[in-house]
Amino acid sequence: MKKIEAIIKPFKLEEVKDALNQLGVQGMTVSEVKGFGRQKGHKEIYRGAEYVVEFVPKVKLEIAVPADMADKVVETIMTSARTGKIGDGKIFVTSLESAVRIRTGETGREAL
Amino acid sequence: MNSGDTSFMLLASALVMFMTPGLALFYGGLVRAKNVLATMMQSFICLGLVSLVWVVYGYTLAFGPDAGGIIGTLKYIGLRGVTLQPGPYSSTIPDLLFCSFQLMFAVITPALITGAFAERMKFSAFVWFTILWSTLVYSPVCHWVWGGGWIGKLGALDFAGGTVIHINSGVAALAAALIIGRRKGWRKEPILPHNLPTSILGAGILWFGWFGFNAGSAIAAGELATLAFFNTQVASGAAAVSWITAERLARGKATTLGAVSGAVAGLVAITPAAGFVGPISAVVIGLVAGIVCYMFVLVKERAGYDDALDVVAIHGFGGFWGALATGLFASTAVNPNAANGLFFGNPGQFVTQFIAAAAVMVYSFVVSGVLLKIIDKTVGLRVREESEMTGLDLTEHSETGYTFG
Repeated sequence: MKKIEAIIKPFKLEEVKDALNQLGVQGMTVSEVKGFGRQKGHKEIYRGAEYVVEFVPKVKLEIAVPADMADKVVETIMTSARTGKIGDGKIFVTSLESAVRIRTGETGREAL
Repeated sequence: MNSGDTSFMLLASALVMFMTPGLALFYGGLVRAKNVLATMMQSFICLGLVSLVWVVYGYTLAFGPDAGGIIGTLKYIGLRGVTLQPGPYSSTIPDLLFCSFQLMFAVITPALITGAFAERMKFSAFVWFTILWSTLVYSPVCHWVWGGGWIGKLGALDFAGGTVIHINSGVAALAAALIIGRRKGWRKEPILPHNLPTSILGAGILWFGWFGFNAGSAIAAGELATLAFFNTQVASGAAAVSWITAERLARGKATTLGAVSGAVAGLVAITPAAGFVGPISAVVIGLVAGIVCYMFVLVKERAGYDDALDVVAIHGFGGFWGALATGLFASTAVNPNAANGLFFGNPGQFVTQFIAAAAVMVYSFVVSGVLLKIIDKTVGLRVREESEMTGLDLTEHSETGYTFG
């Protein structure tokens, strides 16, 4: 099993979710997060003063999938979240040791 | 007695009263969420504190019979002798109504200063400061200009309080910012306005109330009030436009806070001139005010004192420009009872305006500074560091402005 974490632009969430649904992804966890990559933040101006706000709002998706689906999921996120402009985000893939469905006690692939 | 004038002045007084809660919104939106109530309280409670001072002795110190050009005598102490008949300052409205109208000015002036020391002053220190400042700074300066004191006798023009209210509060704000010191985290972490829409509404209420402030200063419903009303509108509008234009050139964006700050700067600048200049002059006064006040905000950023909400730049310098502009643009063609300014062949008026403004600056700065120092040594001016971090709403008032869920 693999865990895929994708940090994307918030306005792309719907598009990414729909694409992943079509692919057959069963579930995902979404959080509103803040951070910065190479694009850094944005500038705000109040009266005379300029402030650099370093942390930009982003959305983080967490998806657990069977290992054979991982590449396809990454590719789908990449195409559906891309704008081509700076700040599109990143995808991290890690190995997932175990998964348990709380209601039934199923483990492994069945739990996903 | 004239019922038209009386009804107009009742409304004008109520309009000026509304400026103080308007100011509370304006300032409240500009501070961080943890200090919104403490900041709004400092404006709102002036309605209580100053009303009491005014009834007991404030009015008589300001408008009592003149003693040596310096202060009013105690003839009207406890409003003794202030009747419902026309009085020395009003031939067509009740004396008590004039006293009410002036009370509203006395209320908002110390409230304006609170923008300088926002987010760090103890409430108890603020209460002492407001009572003492009303007594020892506002009442005397008001007397000098309007109550038969030396500045009025000198011939200085101040239609609705550019010197009495705005220069006076702006300079006191500078003293306060210097003495209380910078907010914790200043220039190290961003200290940002928590709710600009609130500030925009507050500025709108200020503008609305300002019609009472300036038009009401005619003390009668008529030509002069109409002139002041119109000048107030066009000067403020012009200043809002010139501020955002300057801002766009300097920083690349026209901001909403710039638009409302410009409007307030224009309102301040037209205040002393409102009943003495024509509409085109008012537009020019407003256009210059927007640019000058914005420049002084930029200067503050370099100067390194923490006038949290820019009282010095907007009220101090806006008021100073307005006082000088009155000496430039005043015209007897517009108001035969006033005087001509420099541009209408009377350079002496400009000098008179400068002397009046400078005298109030020195007096207000010194006395405000001394008061603040005394309060610092006795009550203590500033909250403890931990309280400042937690926020004044919780630590000074046991409340929070916003509860979610």
